Amino acid sequence: MSAALLSISGLTRRFGGLVAVDSVALEVRPGEIVGLLGPNGSGKTTVLNLISGALKSDTGSIQLRGRPLEKLPAFRIAREGVARTFQLVRVLGSMTCKENVIAGLAFGAKSRWGREADLAAHELLARVGLVTRAHVMTSELTYIDQKRLELARALAMQPELLLLDEWLAGLNPTELRDGIELIRSLRAEGRTILMVEHVMDAIRSLCDRCYVMNAGKKIAEGTPKEVLADPEVIRAYLGDADA
Amino acid sequence: MFTEPLLSGITLGGIYALIAMGLTLQYGVARIMNLSYGESLVAACFAALWLFTAVSVNPLIGLLVIVPLAALINWLVYQVLLMPLVKRAPSRDALEVDSILATFGLLFVAQGVMLAIFGGNYFSYSFLAIPVKIFGATVSASRLLALGFAVVIGLALYLGLTRTRAGTAIRAVAVDPVSALLVAIDVRATAAFAYALGGALVAAGGVLVSMFLTFNASLGVVFTMKALIVVIMGGVGNLLGCLIAGMILGLTETFVATYVDPGLTLAATYIIFILVLLLRPQGLFGARRS
Amino acid sequence: MSARNLAISAALVVAVALLALVPSVTNGYQLSLAINIVSYTVLATAWTLFSGPTRYVSLATVAFFGIGAYTVAVLGEELAWPLVLLIAFVIGFVLSLLVGLSTLRLSGVYFVIFTFGLAELVRQLVTWYEVNITRTLGRYVFVDITTSQIYWQLLALAVIVFISGWLIQRSKLGLALRVIGDDEAVARHVGINTTLAKVVLFAFSASFMTLAGAIMAPRWTYIDPAIAFNPVVSFQVLIMALLGGVHRLYGPIFGVIPLVMLFEILLAKFPNHFSIMVGIAFLLIVYAIPRGIVGLIEGAQLSLNRMKGAKA
Ligand SMILES: Nc1ncnc2c1ncn2[C@@H]1O[C@H](COP(=O)(O)OP(=O)(O)OP(=O)(O)O)[C@@H](O)[C@H]1O
Ligand SMILES: [Mg+2]
Repeated sequence: MSAALLSISGLTRRFGGLVAVDSVALEVRPGEIVGLLGPNGSGKTTVLNLISGALKSDTGSIQLRGRPLEKLPAFRIAREGVARTFQLVRVLGSMTCKENVIAGLAFGAKSRWGREADLAAHELLARVGLVTRAHVMTSELTYIDQKRLELARALAMQPELLLLDEWLAGLNPTELRDGIELIRSLRAEGRTILMVEHVMDAIRSLCDRCYVMNAGKKIAEGTPKEVLADPEVIRAYLGDADA
Repeated sequence: MFTEPLLSGITLGGIYALIAMGLTLQYGVARIMNLSYGESLVAACFAALWLFTAVSVNPLIGLLVIVPLAALINWLVYQVLLMPLVKRAPSRDALEVDSILATFGLLFVAQGVMLAIFGGNYFSYSFLAIPVKIFGATVSASRLLALGFAVVIGLALYLGLTRTRAGTAIRAVAVDPVSALLVAIDVRATAAFAYALGGALVAAGGVLVSMFLTFNASLGVVFTMKALIVVIMGGVGNLLGCLIAGMILGLTETFVATYVDPGLTLAATYIIFILVLLLRPQGLFGARRS
Repeated sequence: MSARNLAISAALVVAVALLALVPSVTNGYQLSLAINIVSYTVLATAWTLFSGPTRYVSLATVAFFGIGAYTVAVLGEELAWPLVLLIAFVIGFVLSLLVGLSTLRLSGVYFVIFTFGLAELVRQLVTWYEVNITRTLGRYVFVDITTSQIYWQLLALAVIVFISGWLIQRSKLGLALRVIGDDEAVARHVGINTTLAKVVLFAFSASFMTLAGAIMAPRWTYIDPAIAFNPVVSFQVLIMALLGGVHRLYGPIFGVIPLVMLFEILLAKFPNHFSIMVGIAFLLIVYAIPRGIVGLIEGAQLSLNRMKGAKA
């Protein structure tokens, strides 16, 4: 097979009459950061949901290192090495930050528990800048800190593929700079990332390649520069703004 | 031989459908999982019995008194008991858990009151218990009449929900309360109305049931259970689904009672429930969900 | 820290030893009250074991409790007592596995509804069996077990339930259940087999309830389906757990002790209005103290600490 870490072809998912994802094909190679772009409602989150098993596809194949994922339940996909964050941030409200990260450490394929997990949790919290808040309840965190925590929980799973759904959305300029730095540091350690993003600066500076979706279909792929200059992409965004 | 259980199965099924429609309104629109639902039905049975035996009012006239009264009581229950839960619930799931607990408590209060008044004995009264022959089978006139009324009430509900403004508001809240709010629908008032309407429907079902079934003060749980199963089988919020699921349940029960053993009807109900859970948890006509 | 743990463990051992002496210092009435308290402690704690962290409300306590009692009524005279208890445990385990597997793959509502009707279903099935097959509705429970022995067995079961609960809380399974209670979708995406975790824990919780029913059976000399599957028991267990507080393993005890006393009084004074009173008490708890007594105490402690912090 190819050297792709993730390869998707013919992926389709309908909601009633609406085709939210329409025969999409894409590939992510090891060590790459790939952007998934498109106007609101174009099906980006649905693609991530299909990869991570939150939703099941109607047709199409999803392979991680050649192993098919599309029939597996979400928890098995997670153990195969796919971690994700959520567009609307989801932290575990009745637990402390550290416990949230331990939730990510304990159940994956490379499960860690006990003292080992304690140490790893502190390392990960330090990584995202939350080490002083280890024993704070997540409900007391600010929005950006919740997003950081969610990332730490995803990283705790030592994923082969990390799915980020608008992880940089809603941050102020300083936070955004920190956030971009954080993701860049992930690339430096060789992580593979598929990220849905609207923030153009982040896309330009982080992504090796991008796919653009509109109304469920893939309409362009290439480097950030190429796709952002593509007339069809411009039409998709502007057309969406006009409507 | 075969037409007799078929006919009584259809009457029973029609009544189940009617009862389940009320529950689907309460759960689908007001988001209250009402475990004391069957108690309303039994209370209506007793009210009809009392009207018939003590004041000799015929149950069909009784409907005119009992149904509006039930609507009023259910509206009050929603405003007084359930509204505080609606207000304090941070999410829909939290409201569901709270409403399950509160109505579970209500179940014991309501059942306790009826046990205190009527004791644990079975009751029935004889109204229009005249045998009627159709398609070669004998059925009691009261059963046919009950079915007729269930059909009329169900049809009126269907038309009301699909053809009137209030009905549209109710359906909008059922589908998406947040967007309903955006188009200036008073969601809480609509939910209270739907809850009251659900209570009225189950009371109507109770009066109709009392005309041909024996009942006692602790029968509520069984009716709640059956209504819940019909609602799940038909798909929450789906009236047509209620009708078909109600028929399936009514027919299954009657056939099991006739050909297998009357003591096993609840078991048959449960087998249907398990099959639905295993095969189509989203309901017979529901769309596939994650 | 570990010195403190040692002290707590020692205190608990002493407490259990003292509790074991209860039969020798009490009269018959007091002992039966003590039995009630311990048996409801087992039931409410077993209930909390599963429903506390997952927030899946189980309404089927008495279904399992009653099955335990019936196992003794049927087999008590035929087999050795430990074997009877073992069989009760296994029956409870298998039945709860079946219930769990058919409902716990789905969202919580289905589970609630299923458990809501389960006791009634089992009651009707047992009634049907007795009427049609054995042709007698009730059964006499003849086993050679004294009241004190019942108390000791229940106490031992309570200790087992607490120790299992404590071990589960510290295990990965315990964390998995808390994650599920907070957000089931997140639980799946961090690799938790949510169905398995829920089913396993539900099966343990239900088997403890079954055992409690088996141990309690000799208390009645006569049982019939209406006694063994009385829905008020499920209801009482729920109230006790909620009053005490379900987010701590020891929470239910705080609900069990006052409510067993209260119910004792209510049952004596208002035998015909018992279920109304219990219903009202329950509604008061749901509305006024949704997080239970333990929640109240912890809340008070928290605000006290805050006040101290503000002053310092
Ligand atoms: N669970 C669902 N049920 C029904 N429709 C859905 C569901 N999830 C998504 N959709 C629909 O599918 C379409 C694609 O949604 P999706 O969330 O994938 O878009 P998106 O590209 O992530 O948009 P955004 O940029 O706003 O996050 C939308 O029309 C949405 O309403
Ligand atoms: Mg999205």
